[in-house]
Amino acid sequence: MSLKAPLFAQGKTPSTLAPASTAAHQIFDLSIFVVTITGAIFLAVGGLLATALYKFRARRSDPMIEPAQIYGSTQIELAWTVVPILIVVVLFLTTARIIFAIQDAPKPPGALDVTAIGHQFWWEFRYPKYGIVTANELHIPVSPELAPKPTFLKLTSADVNHSFWIPQLAGKTDLIANHVNTMWLAPQKSGLFLGQCAQFCGSQHAMMLLRVYVDTPEQFDAWIKNQQRSGRQDAQVAAGRKVFETQACMNCHAVAGTAAAGRFGPDLTHLMSRATLASGAMDNTPENLRQWIKAPDTFKQSALMPAMQLNDEQLDQVTAYLLTLK
Amino acid sequence: MSDYSVSAHEAFGPPVSVKKRGTFLESLHAWVVTVDHKRLGILYILYSTFFLLVAGAEALLMRLQLAYPHNQLLSPQVYNRFFTMHGTTMVFLVGMPFLFGFGNYIVPLQIGARDMAFPRLNAFSFWLTAFGGLLLYYSFLGGGGLYGVGNAPDVGWFAYAPLTARSFSPGHATDYWALALIVSGFGTLGTAVNIIATIVSMRCKGMTLMRMPLFTWLFLVVSMLTLVTITPLTAAQFMLLIDRYLGGHFFDTQAGGSSLVWIHFFWIFGHPEVYVLVMPAFAIANEVIPVFCRKAIFGYPAMVAASVGIMFVSLGVWAHHMFTVGMTSVSNAFFTLSTMLVGVPTGIKIFNWIATLWGGRIRFTTPMLFCIGFLFQFLIAGLTGIMLSVSPWDWQLHNSYFVIAHFHYVLVGAVVFCIFAALYFWYPKATGKLMDETLGKWHFWLFTIGFHITFDTMHFLGLLGMPRSIYTYQPDRGWNFLNLIVSIGGVIQGIAVLIFAFNFVRSYFRGKIAGDDPWDAWTLEWTTSSPPPAYNFEQTPEVHSRRPLWDLKHPDDPDWEYEA
Repeated sequence: MSLKAPLFAQGKTPSTLAPASTAAHQIFDLSIFVVTITGAIFLAVGGLLATALYKFRARRSDPMIEPAQIYGSTQIELAWTVVPILIVVVLFLTTARIIFAIQDAPKPPGALDVTAIGHQFWWEFRYPKYGIVTANELHIPVSPELAPKPTFLKLTSADVNHSFWIPQLAGKTDLIANHVNTMWLAPQKSGLFLGQCAQFCGSQHAMMLLRVYVDTPEQFDAWIKNQQRSGRQDAQVAAGRKVFETQACMNCHAVAGTAAAGRFGPDLTHLMSRATLASGAMDNTPENLRQWIKAPDTFKQSALMPAMQLNDEQLDQVTAYLLTLK
Repeated sequence: MSDYSVSAHEAFGPPVSVKKRGTFLESLHAWVVTVDHKRLGILYILYSTFFLLVAGAEALLMRLQLAYPHNQLLSPQVYNRFFTMHGTTMVFLVGMPFLFGFGNYIVPLQIGARDMAFPRLNAFSFWLTAFGGLLLYYSFLGGGGLYGVGNAPDVGWFAYAPLTARSFSPGHATDYWALALIVSGFGTLGTAVNIIATIVSMRCKGMTLMRMPLFTWLFLVVSMLTLVTITPLTAAQFMLLIDRYLGGHFFDTQAGGSSLVWIHFFWIFGHPEVYVLVMPAFAIANEVIPVFCRKAIFGYPAMVAASVGIMFVSLGVWAHHMFTVGMTSVSNAFFTLSTMLVGVPTGIKIFNWIATLWGGRIRFTTPMLFCIGFLFQFLIAGLTGIMLSVSPWDWQLHNSYFVIAHFHYVLVGAVVFCIFAALYFWYPKATGKLMDETLGKWHFWLFTIGFHITFDTMHFLGLLGMPRSIYTYQPDRGWNFLNLIVSIGGVIQGIAVLIFAFNFVRSYFRGKIAGDDPWDAWTLEWTTSSPPPAYNFEQTPEVHSRRPLWDLKHPDDPDWEYEA
């Protein structure tokens, strides 16, 4: 319960005060500048107000006559019009520089392209260059200052508006259907960064969580290699695969290398390479997976995946099949 | 009617119960058919105070839900309905009706008029507004078909398309939301037209525009602003209904429509709306502060100019709600600048209030305490507003708890504080009784402490990455402790409001007799009796300065000798 933990980013707090990428650093530095100016204004004006209240409070000893009436003063009023205008000019010029630096940053060669698509209530990520489709957990390479390798995101939505927000890596950008937005991430250190959807998108907006893994070059290459392999053909789980292909699962989900090519739900080709299920609603364990297929409502009320009405045997078989999708 | 009761008396003896019931119905009837601006003003105030308690209860339930992670007090849908209804109610059924009702009561008195320009339009506007509120809350009962329970709107008070399209929002909840706001919006438009007409054409002899009390000036400005802001909202609501029922494609992205069109329309209404709510708060502070520091307002012409300036600038800043939707860098820079510029006229106002206090003799009565709270909180709200106008930082702060904290500083810290100040200040005029000062101070201190515990803390939650509109959060995010604090602050505010409600009702029956001019004030409403008679003035007054009662009280040193 110490104040230190919540106030300063420790562990998993997605704090804007602990920037870890180029853009987030620029925003953080700008915010320190703005806080300094507004803080100074607060001290000056608030101090003046407090002084007035203290100094001119009515006392019993005061003579019972009205104080001197002062109706205005052109010089003073002019002064407190001009000074704020000057402050605004300084603030604006500083801000404009950062707006253009971030929004109009050129795309260097070697930048990675990723398309992010918002869905009610999960994230789809596509890596066009590598032919990879994945969900909810984005992997991007670290971008060292000397050899930058930023990731350029194209953002759009399959249904309602969403907003992509990883506070430590960048500000948020909305995902809007019929409309493509762009942003870039240049994280300077590797690790896991948390975020979530920041635009109310329906009943499970709160559980549209987002994880970004910033990988070292080696980790990233290994991850790409694994994702590029197609779905496994494991004879031992053939029964489960049959359930998957005959019980409507494949209407919504895709598994590369099989007949399943649905696009309403997350791509499951490498389901077990992800740490969480249902866009971060719970850990990806065999029990949770089984329970999720049986009754998605227990974890995520009014998620769009229906309960599949499988009997226990089918449930075991399909879970066993999904567990092989690594 | 009286003939009948006389004959009944002769036939069956004294009709005690019949007569009692008759007087109640008669007085109810008198209130329902009234066209007196004072009675309508009181109806507005009672109506909005009722909804203040309702929307406050919704807020408290939401805070209980968020007190700790993975709480299951409210289901996701119920939480989403509550935050939609809380926001919609507070803006449309509490803020606007209260402030316009208040203007309705005070403006004719302050300008020495006998009533509003169009008394029957005035009554019609009130009943439209009231019907809008009923329609919105009826959705809790009737939204899911005939008496299907609990299908209130759950799309956020901003109702971004395409979440409001029929494919994502089936049922009638969203229709209730749109229809209720159309209906109450027409009521608001009627009142705005009425206030403008009253101020322009019904001022008493001698009251030039530059001698009007600042309260009245601000209501003139706000009413003009209302005309240009409610209109796009109403248009957007119609477009939404056309999309939902007549196959229109304004906002339907599945058919090539645009979500951005809704967002623009909504904020072209939504941003000036903030000033529609906050400028009446300024109006109240402009009356209360001078009276309790015994000084004329400092820089009257500058205050008028700043108000008109805010009105115009506020129409050009709406897209600062849209820094994250993917506008060009040039647009972002433009709206950053225009938003920052609002700080200049607003700053002039704050400085002039401080200058008014300077050299005064300040009495810390309950209405004055609420205005002082307003000054500090509005200063902070203005500065966090500057932070949000810095668009790169807004990319972080937008839709986070920082934004919630900022606009509650404006809407509670400024508007609600001034509403309370106004209630304590003018209650004796409307009822003839003073509200209890001891209970008033308990109310003020508890509410202020609760307010700061709740909303100061929310700034930090926003900086730590907590988004708005979420019914629960993960326990590992470092937000648990701060959320608990926020919820505790919410409970303290709830207790303070109950003290106020008790004081409000009790003072009506047990309060001290107020007299005509209990605060030793200067504007015309204090020359009439408390409560004022029908048609306000026995003889329409004539004024020679901005403070007619000052001139009466100080014949040796009248105001008009000094006014520019």
